[in-house]
Amino acid sequence: MTERYVVAIDQGTTSTRCIVFDRRGQLVSLAQQEHKQHFPKPGWVEHDAMEIWRNVERLAPRVLRRAGIGLDQVAALGIANQRETTVIWDRDTGVPVGRAVIWQDTRTDGLVHELSARPGAKELEERSGLPLATYFSGPRLKWTLDHTPGLRERAERGEVLCGTMETWLIWNLTGGLHVTDVTNASRTMLLDVRTLGWSPESLAFFGIPAAMLPEVRPSVGVFGTATAAFPGVRIGAALGDQQAALFGQTCFTPGEAKCTYGTGSFLLLNTGPELVRSENGLLSTVAYRIAGEPAAYALEGSIAITGSLVQWFRDQLELISSAPEIETLARTVADNGGCYIVPAFSGLYAPYWRSEARGVIVGLTSYITKGHLARAVLEATAWQTREVVDAMNANSGLALRTLKVDGGMTADNLLMQMIANVLDVPLVRPLAVETVSLGAAYAAGLAVGHWPDLDGLRRNWHIAGQWLPAMDPGVRATEYANWRRAVERTFDWIQPTS
Amino acid sequence: MPGTVQAIERAAAILRTLAGGPGRLGLSEIARTLDLAKGTTHGILRTLQLVGFVEQDRNSGQYQLGGALLHLGTSYLDINELRSRSINWADPLAARSGESVRIGTVLEGRVLVVHHVFRPDDTFQTLDVGTLLPLHATALGKVLLAYRAGGATAAPGELERFTRKTLTEPKPLASALEGVREAGWAVEIEEMTLGQAAIAAPIRGYGGLVVGAIGISGPVERLCDSRYRPHPHLITNVRDAARAVSRDLGAAR
Repeated sequence: MTERYVVAIDQGTTSTRCIVFDRRGQLVSLAQQEHKQHFPKPGWVEHDAMEIWRNVERLAPRVLRRAGIGLDQVAALGIANQRETTVIWDRDTGVPVGRAVIWQDTRTDGLVHELSARPGAKELEERSGLPLATYFSGPRLKWTLDHTPGLRERAERGEVLCGTMETWLIWNLTGGLHVTDVTNASRTMLLDVRTLGWSPESLAFFGIPAAMLPEVRPSVGVFGTATAAFPGVRIGAALGDQQAALFGQTCFTPGEAKCTYGTGSFLLLNTGPELVRSENGLLSTVAYRIAGEPAAYALEGSIAITGSLVQWFRDQLELISSAPEIETLARTVADNGGCYIVPAFSGLYAPYWRSEARGVIVGLTSYITKGHLARAVLEATAWQTREVVDAMNANSGLALRTLKVDGGMTADNLLMQMIANVLDVPLVRPLAVETVSLGAAYAAGLAVGHWPDLDGLRRNWHIAGQWLPAMDPGVRATEYANWRRAVERTFDWIQPTS
Repeated sequence: MPGTVQAIERAAAILRTLAGGPGRLGLSEIARTLDLAKGTTHGILRTLQLVGFVEQDRNSGQYQLGGALLHLGTSYLDINELRSRSINWADPLAARSGESVRIGTVLEGRVLVVHHVFRPDDTFQTLDVGTLLPLHATALGKVLLAYRAGGATAAPGELERFTRKTLTEPKPLASALEGVREAGWAVEIEEMTLGQAAIAAPIRGYGGLVVGAIGISGPVERLCDSRYRPHPHLITNVRDAARAVSRDLGAAR
C-alpha cells in the first residue's frame, strides 16, 4: 500500500507555507513564500489577496515535488490562516475590490472609539465574547463599506462577498464555495458565540449586509473538493492559526493550554464545551468544532507584537541582519541595562485592550548599547506572556504548572529561558515546531478518517525540549514592576480625533 | 609612524599568489614566485594553515586557499541562525530515529552544541545547548574535523582519552577522518562514553562549505548491530536530515 499524507496550508501574516505531514505527524517537506506587506499610512497594514492565492498555486506543486509524492497520495488538505484579516471580492469575477485589511491594522481607531459609546455596544461584546477593538473584523468591514462608494449597495444585492483568509482560499480552491469555519467566524464580532450563527443584531450594529457573509461550517469536516492547486483533494478542515496550534499541541482536554510565538503571540486555554467569560481582558473564543459534535471553547490571551518586534529591529533599525541574530546580540550583555521596550505598535491587546496606546523605549541612558536594546526586545515578549498568564490564572483560579510552547521563536533559547524565568514555571516544546500547520493537518486527516480519533493524535505528542526557571525571586519582582511602569507610559498616546 | 610587519606582508602575498594561481601550488613554486627562502615560506604557510586560511593536499603536499578564508565576510553563519534553520528538520530526525538529536559547530577547538532535541520517549532530559564536546571523540566532532569547519584543529599530542576506544593518536584519527570524507558521515562507538554510540553528517551552507554537523546518539545496542556497525536506516535518517538543512541553507546539493 502506498503511504498517504496530509497537506496543510498555513496562510500567515508574513508568508504562506505548504507542508506535507506523514502519518506520525512529522514534517516531510515544506515550501514557503513571503508576500508583500503594504503600509500605505501609519497604522495601516494591507495584503494583496490575489498575490496570496497565486502563492498557494505556486507552492502546491513545489511541496509535493519536494516530498516526492503525487496528488493521489494526499489524503486531505487542511487550512490554517491569519485571523481577523478581511477581504472583499466581486462574486462574478473573483477579483478583490481592494487589498485585504490585516489584523494589525489600526485604521478603525476612531471608529471603534465612537462605536463603543453607542447603545448596544455592551450587548455586542457579550454576544461575540470579544471587546470592541481594531483587532477584529467587524469594525474593519464597516470601515471599508463606509469608505467605498456604492460598496454597501453592491453587498446588499449580493454582488460582492467578504471573508477571512480561509474563506478566500476555499473560494479559490473550489471555484466558488463561499464558506467559513466557526473559529474564524468567532473573530469577526458578528458571530453569536453561544448559537454559533451570525447574529442579526451584530450585523445591524455594524451595518453589514448578511448577503455578503459566508456560510458558517464546523472546523473539522469536509468542506468540499479542491479543483485548483490541489485538484481532486478533499478540504478536510479550516481553523484560525491559533486554534490550529491548540489542535496541533493536542490540547483536547479542558485545562490544557499552549502559547504560540510568531508575529504576535497567543496563549489559548481549552475550556471545553463551556463558554467561559473573562473579567481579566481575555477573549472567549471557539477552539474548534468537529462536525456532528458540540463546539469546544477557549480563553485566549492575545499579544499583538512579539516576533514582529524582532522583525522591526531587523528591517527598520537594521541592527541585525537576520531574526535569529537577536539572540547573539542580546547575549553580548548580561542584562537590559535598565532599558525596556513596550511594543504597543497597534495599541495593546490582552490584558489591557488599549487601542490608543503606542510603543515606548524607556530607561535610555548613555550606557545603553544595541545589546541592551536586543535584550529589551526579547524581554518584551517574556513580560507580555507573564501578563497574559497572570490574567489566565486569575480567571481560572488555577495556577499554570507548565506552559506548552511552539512557533518559530522557540528556536531562541535565550527567549525561552527568559519566559521560564519570568513565569516561574517550566516551558515545554513538543516535537513539532510547526504546530499551526500540524493542527490543520491533524484536523483535516481526522475529517477524512486518515487518523481515527483524538487519542491517536495525542500519542504523537512528545517533549522535544524543556526550559526550567532559574531566576532570583527578588529580581523577578523588581523587573516585573519596572515593566509595568513602562507599560503605563504607553497609555493615552493617541488622542481621539473627530 | 610604526613600521609595517614584514611577515604579514609576505603572508598576504602568499594568499594573493594562491588566489591568482591555477589551483594548488607547491612550496618551491610559491617561494620562487615571491623570491623568498623556502624555510620562511614554509613557516608562513604552516601558520596560515593553522588559522584555516590555507589548506594542504594530503597526497601531493600542495597548497590552496582554505575554508576559513571563505568564512570571512560573506558566508559566516550565526549559530542562532543555524539552530533556527535546522529546527524543522531536527524534530523529524528524532521522531524517525527514536533518538536524541544534537547539532554542533566548532568553537575554539571543541564542538559547541547549538541545538538539542530530546529522545522522544518523554523521559526526563536536560537541554544540552551550550555544552562543549571534544572534537576527536564524538561523531559530530569528527564530521567537523573532517571538513575543518572553523579552521584550526586540535594539535596532535593533546588528544584526551575518555575510553579505551578514544582515538588519541594522530594517525588513526587522520585515517578515520579520511573515512568520514569518503563516506559522508561519521560514527562514534564508545569513544566518549561506554555503552554510547552516535552517528553524524555534515551540514553545508553556500558553496558547499561545512557549517556544522547534525547527529543522533544513544545506546550502542540501539544504534548498532551485533558487530558494532551502525544500522543503515539510521545512517539514512541522519544524512537525509543533514541534506534537508543544507538545502534550506542554500547549499547546491
